[in-house]
Amino acid sequence: MEKKKIEVSELRVRYGNKPALNGVSFDVYENEILGIIGPAQSGKTTLLKVINRTLELTRGTTVEGTVKLDGEDVHTITDVYGLRRRIGMVLPLPVGLPLSIYDNVAFAPRTAGPRKKSELDNIVERCLKQAALWDEVKDRLDSLGTKLSGGQQQRLTIARALSHQPEILCLDEFSIAVDPVTTMRIEEVLKTLRTEMTILLVTNLVQQAKRLANRTAFFLNGALVEIDATDVIFSDNPANQSTYDYVNGNFG
Amino acid sequence: MKILGKNRGTNVPLSETVIELFIRLCGISSILFVFGIFFFVFREGADFLFGGLDLGQFLTSPEWYPTSLGNKRYGTLALILGTFSVTALAMLLAVPFGLGAAIFVSEFCSPKLRETFKIIIELLAAIPSVVWGFIGLTLMNQLIIKLFNAPIGLTMLNGSIMLALMSVPIIVSIAEDALKAVPDSYREAAEALGATRWQLIYRVLLPAAKNGLLAAVLLGAARSIGETMAVLMATGHSVNIPEGPLSWIRTLTATIAAELGEVARGGEHYQVLFIIGILLFTITFAVNLIADLVIKGIRKA
Repeated sequence: MEKKKIEVSELRVRYGNKPALNGVSFDVYENEILGIIGPAQSGKTTLLKVINRTLELTRGTTVEGTVKLDGEDVHTITDVYGLRRRIGMVLPLPVGLPLSIYDNVAFAPRTAGPRKKSELDNIVERCLKQAALWDEVKDRLDSLGTKLSGGQQQRLTIARALSHQPEILCLDEFSIAVDPVTTMRIEEVLKTLRTEMTILLVTNLVQQAKRLANRTAFFLNGALVEIDATDVIFSDNPANQSTYDYVNGNFG
Repeated sequence: MKILGKNRGTNVPLSETVIELFIRLCGISSILFVFGIFFFVFREGADFLFGGLDLGQFLTSPEWYPTSLGNKRYGTLALILGTFSVTALAMLLAVPFGLGAAIFVSEFCSPKLRETFKIIIELLAAIPSVVWGFIGLTLMNQLIIKLFNAPIGLTMLNGSIMLALMSVPIIVSIAEDALKAVPDSYREAAEALGATRWQLIYRVLLPAAKNGLLAAVLLGAARSIGETMAVLMATGHSVNIPEGPLSWIRTLTATIAAELGEVARGGEHYQVLFIIGILLFTITFAVNLIADLVIKGIRKA
């Protein structure tokens, strides 16, 4: 838990003239689950997009400050596609690409370069098992990923995010379109994955952060209000009153 | 308030009923027009089609001598092959260009440049076909003579280039719409997986938009098959089994356009031209049917 995996310092992001993050600094340690909570428009998704550099695909954004991954500034990395494969990303709404289940999971390994069929078969099976989806789809790997149910598609997205063996897994409100039972299954998956990778868990469900995260960060209006051990954030006396109000639902 | 129509028991304003009736009429009229046209064309050609015309010869003989004094022959093989070959070559030219341009406009352009491009492409679509024929007759004619050292530049190649230029705008605008309709979430997901732009396009966007892209290509092809004036002017308009891109050819459509004004109304020749019309109808119907089946097949897979 000591090694710093991600170091964010003085990160400022603007969309045109609209600020999204106003000078945020914090570290993420290796093999921890960092819960990131906060109301809408507080800059949580933007933060994830800065880390894997997909923000620069949006026009008119300005980024100041640094984000370091293993001590290396992500904005000086030349192989941006390689960087993105080091980070698994799970978006709020499940996005089964319009490909077969198999091809969905094999997508990222294939973009990294040609692979042998047997190697891909292994990756697909391993990832679908990790995402707790294998038993439901093993007999129809050739059918379209978009035809799965919402919860299955979200687990497919997680399998896809794991397919390139990322060092960091970012989940952006993954349970927004998933039923509670599936959510619990995915949470179990995350607990086992913690030993293999660092997990950033952006969530609207504060209880989810409480259940899973080692530490929790509370964002509000583009600022980091507080980051501390999850026990402290959810205790009766976190450092900041607005943190207490938010996690206890007295906000606004 | 009056109670009308099917929604007995609920109060439907009169204006609703009138509007509904009008819209119904619009929908039905399009079906009526298609059947009306088919009926008219069929009626004009029916007498000769069922009494006198040798259908086998009509479809398989290359000899088109409708005005011969001693031995009139109505073989349309050369015309059918002319239509198909000029369309095929046109599609060979137009499809890569059209789809390429659509990908460029939808994925690589800045929003400002995209607007400019779309306006220019729409302008291209608005050029009348006789103007394309004129360009083929003068400019392209000279160019082909010089480039290929051909005796005459009014050839299949010339007509195909004109047809390609006419169908590219259709292909671009429909294909671009199809690509734009692919949800941005697909793009985001693929990019987050480390896909390069090109990988994103051929692994995700093209499969996602394939129905629309196919529709774009088929509409472009339909435009080419039906086009008359440009091919009449640019292909040499000479009955000939095409041997290569530099053969001069004649198409089904151009034959009708060129000869219908010269024939005696109701005579054999006149009726044969209408039978060619029926043939064209059948071809376009078959193309549309195949397109429908293909798209349905894709959807099921």
